[in-house]
Amino acid sequence: MKKSLLASLALAGALAAAGAHAEITVGVSLGVTGPGASLGIPYKNAFQLVPKTLGGEPVRYVILDDESKPDNAAKNARKFVAEDKVDVMMGSNGVPSAVAMTQVAAETKTPMIALTPMPPLAGERAHWAFVVPQTTELMMGAVVQDMKKRGVKTVGYIGFSDTWGDLMYNAMEKLAPEGGYKLVTNERYGRADTSVTGQVLKIIAANPDAVVVGGSGSPGATPQIALRERGYKGPIYHNHGTVNLAFIQTAKKSAEGVVAPTGPLIVAEELPDDFPTKKVSLDFVKRYEAEFGPESRNAFAGYSYDGVAVLNAAVPAALKKAKPGTPEFRAALRDALENVRDVVGTHGVYNMTPSDHNGLDERARVLVQVRDGRWRLYNK
Amino acid sequence: MSPDIALWLVQDGITNGAIYALLALALLLVFAVTRVIFVPQGEFVSYAALSYGLLQTGQVPGTVYVLVGGGLLAAGFEIAAALRERARPPLARILVVYVAIPLAIAALAWWAAPRKLDMWAQVLLAVALVAPLGPIVYRIAFQPLANASVLVLFIVAMAVHYALTGLGLVLFGGEGLRSSPLSDAQFGLGVMNVSAQSLWVTGATVLGMLALWLFFERTLYGKALRATAINRVGARLVGVPTELSGMLSFLLAAFIGALSGVLIAPITTIYYDTGLMIGLKGFVGAILGGMASYPLAAVGALGVGLLESFSSFWASAYKESIVFTVVIPVLLWRSIASRHPVEEEEE
Repeated sequence: MKKSLLASLALAGALAAAGAHAEITVGVSLGVTGPGASLGIPYKNAFQLVPKTLGGEPVRYVILDDESKPDNAAKNARKFVAEDKVDVMMGSNGVPSAVAMTQVAAETKTPMIALTPMPPLAGERAHWAFVVPQTTELMMGAVVQDMKKRGVKTVGYIGFSDTWGDLMYNAMEKLAPEGGYKLVTNERYGRADTSVTGQVLKIIAANPDAVVVGGSGSPGATPQIALRERGYKGPIYHNHGTVNLAFIQTAKKSAEGVVAPTGPLIVAEELPDDFPTKKVSLDFVKRYEAEFGPESRNAFAGYSYDGVAVLNAAVPAALKKAKPGTPEFRAALRDALENVRDVVGTHGVYNMTPSDHNGLDERARVLVQVRDGRWRLYNK
Repeated sequence: MSPDIALWLVQDGITNGAIYALLALALLLVFAVTRVIFVPQGEFVSYAALSYGLLQTGQVPGTVYVLVGGGLLAAGFEIAAALRERARPPLARILVVYVAIPLAIAALAWWAAPRKLDMWAQVLLAVALVAPLGPIVYRIAFQPLANASVLVLFIVAMAVHYALTGLGLVLFGGEGLRSSPLSDAQFGLGVMNVSAQSLWVTGATVLGMLALWLFFERTLYGKALRATAINRVGARLVGVPTELSGMLSFLLAAFIGALSGVLIAPITTIYYDTGLMIGLKGFVGAILGGMASYPLAAVGALGVGLLESFSSFWASAYKESIVFTVVIPVLLWRSIASRHPVEEEEE
């Protein structure tokens, strides 16, 4: 009895030691509080649903709050490298915060999985950073196709007065020749603004055929409500940052008819059976809603999940070259991430290459529309 | 810019300006009586707006926990203060003011929330949930430091702001809420429509100001507050309890904040952290008015509303910068125009 207890203790100890030895550490910085909190919380929730191993090895996630502030995100990134000795870092839910983290990633030669779309990066930053979400051009490309079908010639733009607003505006500007439209306004507003009357009046005075809103979540509803209140009748397009339940709850009736691009998981049930991500998307959405309540699905949690899926695919190749916790492993992991092929996530199919650190294609986007107070697959 | 666009912008500016004016008055009142630059004033706005929004959806707002918890904490402070002076704590008074009243309001909210009473009852309940937070905050954070310098009080006010915002995130979550208006009516007025809600806002602001004026001019408590504001030592010498004045000014401030909150809840989306921005704009209004006169502060706040609305039309990306930049020339002018530098009142 005593002997077997000792033996099992020793065995457990040996296992623990072996486990600790090969354990992979992932540092995650998210804005769980502050102005980005409504996105940061679902990003964090997803980590309750991810597998407990990466490429068969045990994994430890160190999740820190950066209060949606870029300087805190950079501080967290330094802490990950210096104290937690992470093998890879992930983050953040705000574009400026994620950009701040890439600087640290490049300096310390740590691979980084960015969980927001990124402005174009250069040099070492581009070398070490991989981006999970669809690029804004890919997403807005779907919107532009639909605008072309509807014969839209002039487009009014209103977006956040921050990097997200800039990213969306730049994407719309870049796609303008292809879509054959002209951007006639570039209005900006703050996430917490109490009124957008001035901006909306300017758009209505310009009378564009369609309006594109570069906001996200419930703050995306502010111009939506104001445009409809002031009697704007044309189509209003949003972006993938807006596709959540809070937007509909805030905009209420005025949200009806809104069209936006998003990842397929939002309408997982409605996807055709041969859609490449249907199984993964549906499974994730079901588990997420079982854990966090009905209708709680959102694109953001899917990005965390896909980030982990991409890592999971890259780790085995890196393990062959080096042990976790070493600079060699970090470099090997970066190389392996660049060679990830056909990883099916909740948002799309990832095929990374040295020149494409995002790896998503048209299979990673669908257009959705608000009908009867829900996001539904758009078929027109 | 066509005249009808200008009219729209004026309407929008007046509606927002009215809210800033109410907050400017509250900030001025608290500053005059207690010398606290009350940064968390805006939190009362967001707490009330979010509580009202949650009551509309039939949920019990998290404000009840802040109210009851804060009340218990304040009661603890009272008892400890009495014991330190080796006096018998006035238990009956403490229990009624800090425990029984918050509990009663919280219980009412628990009872009323799932029943979805009519809108007016919800408005009253939301205001009743938030207004008592004023005296509670004063008792916990400011009364023990009543004689500290303006700077110390300001730093404490910042701390209270962070505490309340953090609690707001925990209690209300990160998403914004927009409640339904008291009435959907629109009135045609020449080229434009005026929504009933913006009339409510302007009307309530005018009424609120009138009520404050009557309070200060006609009631004993109002006069006591004015006396404290003019000269704290003098007021104490003639028997005005300065602690009561502080309580009262915070109660008024919280009440005004809560009122503003339920007024703007239907016209804008409120987040747990919206309060700071709204409060700051009220503060800019009060500064434009010289941080001394109530009518000037109201006019200043209205000016902020109009400026904001017009700059959002012309240069939306720079709107906030324009609004806050206005403070600089005003401060410069005031520091040149005032004959002696503002001195901190010593006691």
